Amino acid sequence: MLTVRNLNKAFNGRQILDNVSLTVNDGDVLCIVGPSGAGKTTLLRCITGLEAADSGEFKLNDQSFDPQTDGERIFGVVFQDFNLFPNLSVNENITLAPRLVQKLSVAEADQKAGKLEQELGLGQVKDQYPWQLSGGQKQRVAIARALAMKPQILCYDEPTSALDPNLRDEVAKLILKLKQGGTTQLIITHDMEFAQKVADQLLQVEAINDGQD
Amino acid sequence: MSLHYISEILPSIFSGCGVTLSLFFWTLLGSLPLGILVSLGLNSRFAPLRWILNVYVWLMRGTPLLLQLIFVFYGLPIWGIVFQRYHAAVFAFIFNYAAYFAEIFRGGFQSIDDGQYEAARLLGLSYGQTIRKIVIPQVVKIVIPSIGNEVINLVKDSSLVYVIGLGDLLRAGNVATARDVTLVPLLVVALMYLLMIAICTWGLNRVEKRYAYFK
Repeated sequence: MLTVRNLNKAFNGRQILDNVSLTVNDGDVLCIVGPSGAGKTTLLRCITGLEAADSGEFKLNDQSFDPQTDGERIFGVVFQDFNLFPNLSVNENITLAPRLVQKLSVAEADQKAGKLEQELGLGQVKDQYPWQLSGGQKQRVAIARALAMKPQILCYDEPTSALDPNLRDEVAKLILKLKQGGTTQLIITHDMEFAQKVADQLLQVEAINDGQD
Repeated sequence: MSLHYISEILPSIFSGCGVTLSLFFWTLLGSLPLGILVSLGLNSRFAPLRWILNVYVWLMRGTPLLLQLIFVFYGLPIWGIVFQRYHAAVFAFIFNYAAYFAEIFRGGFQSIDDGQYEAARLLGLSYGQTIRKIVIPQVVKIVIPSIGNEVINLVKDSSLVYVIGLGDLLRAGNVATARDVTLVPLLVVALMYLLMIAICTWGLNRVEKRYAYFK
């Protein structure tokens, strides 16, 4: 279970996150919904440690952690534009971290990646490079790459925004399938309809109007 | 233009070619690594280092290479720093070309999206692993065409060393032309340059193709 209490973040004196608190139960899908400019992405970046929070309390299973140093151990992130490594094939994208960080052998890493590729329908394209893939395939590679490191929580930044509208349902199905497999997921989206389809819990955030806009 | 005459001047032309080629290789060998180091320094967070390196790049790109050659060979001895002709040429060329390469690599490093570093970080990769496995291959691909331009310039710039009395390819042709009152040696020299450039172009194309598998 992930708990965040009273998270604050300001940029150049402008408060972006004002005492945000949230909880994600194991195996649940939490959707954070709000209009653009409400600080959703900043929230995700603070939780995962890509951005330093000004203040806030972070706990995983009642143990405090510092996102800046422990973020990579706890979270996997599927970025809005995926950030796949263009110089590596699909299979290399997925196996790079298991080999370099977990020190798996090539055979072990390939075997684990093979399972993920099967599950996510990437078996046919595993030797292709990111530029050869469709948006939906890129997203599934990004998911497989994150899952290969066995994160406690898988996070998505706007998983529907870079895709064709008709792929939205596919993403929802995939998220629910991963949920059945026991993956805890945290999703940032502006798409309420999509959120309602997949979420166990919804957290709505609004842009803070501090009179400056 | 008789074949006999050409065969007579060829030995001196080839020997000039040797000087040109060795200058070419030593300059590349020295200036490429130095250029990468300087480019990392230009992107450094330590401001004084950036200023110093910017002044260095400004000096190297802001003054003629010919002047730099003259300065190193005729000027530095005034302060007791004496180079042999050939060493002076290699020294001046390495420092001049490193400045151009540094600017090219700096641009290459800057064009890598922050998202690449962030994705690598969240996968647990160290900074060194990220640079080696993800950043460098992308930077190399980006800079190959610009580096290629400089490499081809270098073949021809090497002819500037005549000013400090080194016998390179062009000088060999010049000497024969003046002595025998014929343009034939210069035509042979032109052919030699074209041949060297053709080989460079071929090599650069091969490197470019090697990196064509990703976009």
